[in-house]
Amino acid sequence: MPGITREEVAHLARLSRLELQAEELDHFAEQLDVIIGAVARVSEVAGQDVPPTSHPLPLTNVMRADEVRPSLTPEQALSGAPASEDQRFRVPQILGED
Amino acid sequence: MTELIKYTAAETATAIAKGEVTAVEVAQAHLDRIDAVDKKVNAFLHVDREGALAAARAVDAKRASGAELGPLAGVPLALKDVFTTEGIPTTCGSKILEGWVPPYDATLTKRLKGADVVILGKTNMDEFAMGSSTENSAYGPTGNPWDLTRIPGGSGGGSAAALAAFEAPLAIGTDTGGSIRQPGAVTGTVGVKPTYGSVSRYGLVAFSSSLDQGGPCARTVLDTALLHEVIAGHDPLDSTSVDAPVPDVVAAAKMRDVRGMRIGVVKEFAGEGYQAGVMQRFEESVELLRELGAEVVEVSCPSFTLAMPAYYLIAPSEASSNLARFDAMRYGLRVGDDGTRSAEQVTALTREAGFGAEVKRRIILGTYALSSGYYDAYYGSAQKVRTLISRDFDAAFAGVDVLVSPTTPTTAFRLGERTDDPLAMYLADLCTIPSNLAGNAAMSLPCGLAPEDNLPVGLQIIAPAMADDRLYRVGGAVEAALNDKWGHALLEEAPAL
Repeated sequence: MPGITREEVAHLARLSRLELQAEELDHFAEQLDVIIGAVARVSEVAGQDVPPTSHPLPLTNVMRADEVRPSLTPEQALSGAPASEDQRFRVPQILGED
Repeated sequence: MTELIKYTAAETATAIAKGEVTAVEVAQAHLDRIDAVDKKVNAFLHVDREGALAAARAVDAKRASGAELGPLAGVPLALKDVFTTEGIPTTCGSKILEGWVPPYDATLTKRLKGADVVILGKTNMDEFAMGSSTENSAYGPTGNPWDLTRIPGGSGGGSAAALAAFEAPLAIGTDTGGSIRQPGAVTGTVGVKPTYGSVSRYGLVAFSSSLDQGGPCARTVLDTALLHEVIAGHDPLDSTSVDAPVPDVVAAAKMRDVRGMRIGVVKEFAGEGYQAGVMQRFEESVELLRELGAEVVEVSCPSFTLAMPAYYLIAPSEASSNLARFDAMRYGLRVGDDGTRSAEQVTALTREAGFGAEVKRRIILGTYALSSGYYDAYYGSAQKVRTLISRDFDAAFAGVDVLVSPTTPTTAFRLGERTDDPLAMYLADLCTIPSNLAGNAAMSLPCGLAPEDNLPVGLQIIAPAMADDRLYRVGGAVEAALNDKWGHALLEEAPAL
């Protein structure tokens, strides 16, 4: 199993929305390489005909009646917002200028 | 009369119900204790003095009115800072949630309040429950009351330390890979990871949703059972909540009889990396169970050797998805919003500033394991291992009622000893992880001090899913026999703080 490179860690950090510093990248790349080396042992079972388990309970699609119930007020829902305006979350720009 | 802080939860509730002491006196004694020792221990991130005293006054008023009190009414509790509490800060040990005050209570919080339990405050933890030492908290580590230079375990080190330091007789933890049981083991306290789905996760900030399970912590098996009974049960607000009756754990804790039970010793939990004194106390416990009339057999669970690698793929994968909610938009920290940066840039800067190293490592590891090209080899294989582990448990439980092992391979290690070696840290959860992957129930309870360092050793008991009562039956019998032998509870031997 191949190890993980500094470039891969930088790419994964971008995908994960983490603005890592250069020294963090160096450090993490080294540590993650060791960790992945240790966990890669699971691929021993890759070829085995075993069904995967995603969850310990055999539950699927638990439904409830579609009824109006008490919920948070707008003030409560916005109480932890870094910024809000007119009962809405105020966010930085999500589209380009043009 | 012993000091109020030394009372068990059961004794406290009885004394309050009989009018020998008021709930306010009990709460005040614990708040005073926190004031006296928590600067050293750092078990609490937030102490809710006014809320605790108000809840205690309400219990006293209820008693005065002649209303019947529940079995834990007026008993103080330390709540892990990963459950939401309306009006009380909830940080998960992270800077990204510093100062966040949830607008709602977790179901577990509601149940505690409904049982008139007095919540003293929120306890320290590894950030987002990722760790085995509480050193990953953004608010500094917690000390182990047995030796403040050592780790109290993690991620629920604050809850376990609060019990061992007599700051509270009850605590709540969460167990994703051992975060209730391993802190219990290294602090000489009792902790139970209930069957997956039996305690609601609504309002429990998610780390790894298919593994996370809230559970009770206390200084005695009976107290743990009383708390278990309060927090367990079906919750329509959690779609993975089990809709089945909770086994009678309190009756089981009082049985103190293991005659005729079949107990399996897991062969794979021994060997390299296991401290001699831990194995000695464990083997003595097994011998004790034999003397008490249980039948002990050795069982083999060969897939357990792959549990740690599978866990460190599954848990980070789920975490990488769960922690995407910390986007700096709806709550929590926001960094770098200067009017020129995009939302995406602000999110990345905020997560960089708000998350600690272990959380970042796991997010990256999880993103890697889930990425195309690696998914089948890593995440897919880990899910197959999970099936194999469940099959090993099924095969074992076909022949025995419970399994036993040491809870953790070593006693409490020193603060700082493993912080820069993530893999060494992960080994602390070697024996606890299989139960999370399979979703069954497990307990840790103190079984003595390791001769080489005089630090607590934990005995782990594992029962099939929805047979949590067996943990209490075995644990209650072992505890009673050991206390008889020692002439006192293990925590009596802890040094004064």
